[in-house]
Amino acid sequence: MSITLDIKKRFRGFALDISFSSNGRPLGILGASGSGKSMTLKCIAGIETPDSGYIEVNGRVLFDSAKKINVRPQRRRVGYLFQSYALFPNMTVTQNIRAAIIGGKAEKARRCEALISRFALQGLEKRYPAQLSGGQQQRAALARILAYNPDMLLLDEPFSALDAYLKEALQIEMKKLLAGYEGDAILVSHNRDEVYSLCENLLVMDEGRNIASGPVRDMFQRPGSLAVARLTGCKNITPARRAGFALVEAPEWGLTLAVESPVPEGLKYIGVRAHDFMPAGESTVNAFDIHVLDCVESPFEWNYLCHSENAPGQNGTLWWKAPKELRNMAPIAAPPGRLCVAPQNVLLLE
Amino acid sequence: MDISPILISLKTASLSIVITFFSGILAAYLVVNMKNGKLKAVIDGLLTLPLVLPPTVAGFFLLYIFGVQRPAGAFLLNFLGVKIVFTWGATVLAAVVISFPLMYRSARGAFEQVDETLLYAARTIGMPEWKIFWRVLMPPALPGIVSGCILTFARGLGEFGATAMIAGNIAGKTRTLPLAIYSAVAGGNMDGAYEYVVILAGIAFLAVVGINCLTVKERRCKGKGAAQ
Repeated sequence: MSITLDIKKRFRGFALDISFSSNGRPLGILGASGSGKSMTLKCIAGIETPDSGYIEVNGRVLFDSAKKINVRPQRRRVGYLFQSYALFPNMTVTQNIRAAIIGGKAEKARRCEALISRFALQGLEKRYPAQLSGGQQQRAALARILAYNPDMLLLDEPFSALDAYLKEALQIEMKKLLAGYEGDAILVSHNRDEVYSLCENLLVMDEGRNIASGPVRDMFQRPGSLAVARLTGCKNITPARRAGFALVEAPEWGLTLAVESPVPEGLKYIGVRAHDFMPAGESTVNAFDIHVLDCVESPFEWNYLCHSENAPGQNGTLWWKAPKELRNMAPIAAPPGRLCVAPQNVLLLE
Repeated sequence: MDISPILISLKTASLSIVITFFSGILAAYLVVNMKNGKLKAVIDGLLTLPLVLPPTVAGFFLLYIFGVQRPAGAFLLNFLGVKIVFTWGATVLAAVVISFPLMYRSARGAFEQVDETLLYAARTIGMPEWKIFWRVLMPPALPGIVSGCILTFARGLGEFGATAMIAGNIAGKTRTLPLAIYSAVAGGNMDGAYEYVVILAGIAFLAVVGINCLTVKERRCKGKGAAQ
């Protein structure tokens, strides 16, 4: 189970130039909108043709510009779950699923029935897509894709059309599906939570390029670069320089912070996630005085916009997320005047 | 009343709608799927030209191509024994050429409104292209295509200028309803013209009502889906 890909494609004001390979475990592609994520999936599925390059799935060459190989989408055996699910509006659930099954009547009926019960679509067989909820549509679309027995699954922003409640339930279903699926799977998303909970490996795309990849937890713990830190949701990023073996200086914040590992020579920025700040006492490591500029309440946390007292200018604003108890509705009367960050939570970025 | 113009007109419009239906849909399908944007614009322009040209100009071009003194016309006459100009075939040719752009543009618009991810999805689940055409592309495009058909039929029925140029006005042979009306008026027979006018207007009115019924039905279908 593997995919090897190395493609180039230019179009109006944008160049896609990406290569990666996967090892059979679910791969997440994280990127801002317009970073070329969906285009990459479309090239794998054969909907778009790269200008040049090579695509191989499970040892089967799907595209090779050097040898002029370009397998038709119908023959690629690549399942594509579209953002809108793309169920045929004029066909019922059963007809949608059957359209993907190759075989005789008995075979079609048998496999369609198996998929309907696997995806809990009983009772909805005769419904048209417009009569289904978002979650039911997604299940019907997945059933139709698996009816075709694809070698790999491409999931293009599968949860973006759903509301928050359904999203979490369907993520669990999707996780089960991926765990039981033998082929490769690629999930494209701009949502770090989806990628984190569903994928083992992560690839970060920016302006059509693969800028970083690795196991998903490592990527969140050690983003390594500015773009990856931003896409994985780091809210506080500031220019920084090396100030010692394990010491960095952030001039805009007016702080010198201890870090856990040796500071690389190429250090350009440091980042601290908003929930990694803690209220601090007098003697804590990496502590500094702040004053709170603004405060936004959300159901389970306080979001403080703070300013470091040490900062020389107006640029040193920091986001601090403090968990709260829902019942304790009163805002913290006097938020702490001092915050700290543990050395292992200072992200070193190049 | 001489009913031959009515029969000739209905025969002409019926045969021409069959021809334009298939050629219009085929042309629309090919143009929609063209990758080269500039070539697409040029071909689209050529296919739409008869709609914007005065029918007499289109008729002049047809005469220029199929006249017996011309290479194409001479070839057809000498090698296949087929004479086009001033025959019933010429009325069909004129109706087809003039009404084709209506069918082509209606079908093209209908195809372009179909969500292309449906076509992509159909390909990635292995559906062959002919099946995609009939089962995925055509059903949502059908209301647009049918109303295009009715317009095309009505246009073919009312064709005058190009028909007069290439088919002439031979009673019982190429005299269609519009030409019969013209001839009656030219001959001072206003009562005869009146009868033909009523018949032609009746058919055209029915066609427009037919389009409206279809549009309403389509809207109702969509509403039903959204209500769930």
